[in-house]
Amino acid sequence: MTEPLVKLEGLTKAYPGVVANSDVSFDIQAGEVHALLGENGAGKSTLVKTIYGLVKPDSGTMTLDGQPFTPAEPRAARAAGIAMVFQHFSLFEALNVAENVALGMENPPPMNTLAQRIKEVSETYGLPLDPTRIVGDLSAGERQRVEIIRCLLQDPKVLIMDEPTSVLTPQEVDILFETLRKLKSEGTAILYISHKLEEIRALCDHATVLRLGEVVGTCVPKETSAREMAELMVGGTLHVPERETGETGETLMKISGLSAASPAEFGTSLKDITLEIRAGDVIGIGGVAGNGQDELLGALSGEIRVGAGQVAFMGRDIGQLAPDARRSLGICAAPEERMGHAAAPDMSLTENAALTGRKRKALTSNGFIDWGKTRNFAEEIIERFDVRTPGAGNAARSLSGGNLQKFVIGREILQDPQILIVNQPTWGVDASAAAAIRQALLDLAAKGAGVIVISQDLDELMEISDQFAALNEGRLSKPRPAQGLTVEEIGLMLGGAHDMEVAHVD
Amino acid sequence: MFGSIDPQLLLASLMVAATPIMLAAIGELVVERAGVLNLGVEGMMITGSVIGFIAAIKTGNPWIGFAAAALGGAALSLLFGVLTQFLLSNQVATGLALTLFGLGLAALLGQGYLGVKAPVFPDWHIPLLGDIPIIGPIVFQHDPMVYLGLGIVAGVWWFLKKSRAGLVLRAVGENHEAAHALGYNVIRVRMLAIMFGGACAGLGGAYLSIVRVPTYAAGLTAEMGWIALAIVVFAGWKPGRLLLGAYLFGGVTALQLNLQAAGLSLLDVLTIVALVAAVVVVSVGFIQNRAFTAKMLWWAASLCIAAAFFSFYKWLGWVFNETLWLSSSPYIATIFVLVIMSSGGAPGSLGKSFHASR
Repeated sequence: MTEPLVKLEGLTKAYPGVVANSDVSFDIQAGEVHALLGENGAGKSTLVKTIYGLVKPDSGTMTLDGQPFTPAEPRAARAAGIAMVFQHFSLFEALNVAENVALGMENPPPMNTLAQRIKEVSETYGLPLDPTRIVGDLSAGERQRVEIIRCLLQDPKVLIMDEPTSVLTPQEVDILFETLRKLKSEGTAILYISHKLEEIRALCDHATVLRLGEVVGTCVPKETSAREMAELMVGGTLHVPERETGETGETLMKISGLSAASPAEFGTSLKDITLEIRAGDVIGIGGVAGNGQDELLGALSGEIRVGAGQVAFMGRDIGQLAPDARRSLGICAAPEERMGHAAAPDMSLTENAALTGRKRKALTSNGFIDWGKTRNFAEEIIERFDVRTPGAGNAARSLSGGNLQKFVIGREILQDPQILIVNQPTWGVDASAAAAIRQALLDLAAKGAGVIVISQDLDELMEISDQFAALNEGRLSKPRPAQGLTVEEIGLMLGGAHDMEVAHVD
Repeated sequence: MFGSIDPQLLLASLMVAATPIMLAAIGELVVERAGVLNLGVEGMMITGSVIGFIAAIKTGNPWIGFAAAALGGAALSLLFGVLTQFLLSNQVATGLALTLFGLGLAALLGQGYLGVKAPVFPDWHIPLLGDIPIIGPIVFQHDPMVYLGLGIVAGVWWFLKKSRAGLVLRAVGENHEAAHALGYNVIRVRMLAIMFGGACAGLGGAYLSIVRVPTYAAGLTAEMGWIALAIVVFAGWKPGRLLLGAYLFGGVTALQLNLQAAGLSLLDVLTIVALVAAVVVVSVGFIQNRAFTAKMLWWAASLCIAAAFFSFYKWLGWVFNETLWLSSSPYIATIFVLVIMSSGGAPGSLGKSFHASR
């Protein structure tokens, strides 16, 4: 074996109350795609931040190309040939593509030259990008291209990618993987973090598994099953959601000819959506991000009011009702954005529990909030959904994304809704927690509620839904039974095969 | 009909009247582009005006006065910077407190200087350009601070638009977390911007006490710092529009002073201005679109109605406090025009505290 490009030895980093990394050691060869696996909070982010110079380790050493490597700041790491694509994009929405790229480079050339180089590099790697466009107008996939091109322009020796595919469509994932394979063939080492184990099996050469900050195992993903990897991460057997295919009951909600303009500046309007939700039904709605997912959730939860007769619940027209009134009827929703939409970041979990649970859990008396009751409700959510936090008094902001997601979903499920609408329920959540959330959704449906799951994770939708429909440019395809759907059929539905839809209407 | 008003003098005094507010506003623009909202402009201006005045009197040299005013403004803003950037205090509350503090400090420092005359700061007759008839006296025969102010605006425009450091500053103001993740020192960039803003506000204040008035009086800045803040917002954080807003303010200030001196009725002037504006709207719109559009006819009709209202009010002979309305006219006109042409685009992190751990 040749000398490794990157060698990590005994890296330890402790924060007050928690050891993020404990004695972590592994090697990455040039031209290798190395996966870093672990649950939320296993210490993956801290580790890559250490390599990128954002975090200083308490002890341990790193070597790069045989030289000791101690980056004091990201600048030094970049100069040494380390590049990083962040989980939450580090982009500036009001600036254009070229300016965003320039900000991530040490010595950027003049803007005209840079724009030219962005064009060249983006075409070489099959990631077409117009350098003059404002980043705020780009799709999630295009934004990621900006980040990747920012890295590529510096000819990195090591490319770190923190959950790069969580916001991408399957087609965009394919493009990304081609780019990464090309980079690999050019000798770049890639450190790849993802929760999507099948992707890791398809792409990565080696994997290191972290649990609670320690290396608990290594494997060769191509020779290891996704289940085995997941169990290594969890440190136990993985629970796979079970579905009892029960009978579906009466119609709960009827959406007919739903059309609504989007309140957002770059949003997608909903166009003539028709759907029927029965008791015990799980309806999966797939589609590329930005095709009306947020708007559909808004129209059903009550954030967007719609015209008469477009949304009916148990025969009653509810299109004009506000979210609170709909919640009283039994329609609960959990939007995609956790911080600031589903939960108020600076308020405690107890207060957040009161925000949506007030009516259905009767948390108020005479107009005053009953804090004792509310606290009990919050603690019940924390216990039942395994939310990892010191207590209900902690601010929502202090929870990791996956933990807050469990809290938000749990809060709605424990209100015993008759209709639950969730958007991206397991986004950024690790495998075991995702399985728990899916199981809870299935259990809710088994109790006779109707569940609508909007997601971009097709595997998830196939796993839990009875019916599958696709959103495309604000139009919803006709729902079809999920069992027996092939990948090609789904692809056609996602791509907006409107001719199929027309055929059904006729 | 404008009798005693000399248009050449009017236009010349426009540039002088606009300079203090332009200086204060361009400083605040840089501060806000870095993502910091400093509401203490008024306080830094008046502190600059008194410190600059004292230094100029003591040394007899106005230039040293300006330098001292810039340093004084920067020092005061440093206080704001330490409180908001390191101790993470609320920017709005701290800015308001800074204004109160500055007003008090200025009143204290200026005690012995009320009514004292400032040393002469001679105008600068630019060779050749200053000799051009009409344009020369209007544009090229002012004191150097007028040109320094214009130079600062041009420099800020170039800095923000073209330079690497300006790009970093905009990035910090747009998304401080992303800027931090890329390894830029958010706090350092913001502290420098805050101090630049303080120095500019101080210069603007000193221009009032040393050149414009030129003496020290209590409440010298006359809430100009607040207008500077408004200009920054309504100019959409763009230096070019800011210059326009400041010159508009200066223009109306100079005009209303001339009107007061000439004893013309404001209602008559407003009637004429509204009618002229209606004609301009229609003719410019017609030239641009080669047709009458509903929108421009609506505007012209509104302006004519306004003109009718002014002359009707005059005809009624009701109470009308000329001086009061004239004195407030620069503020009203500037806000009115900038609101009409305002475009959004506030920096994404404006007014938010940053801490690396969050």
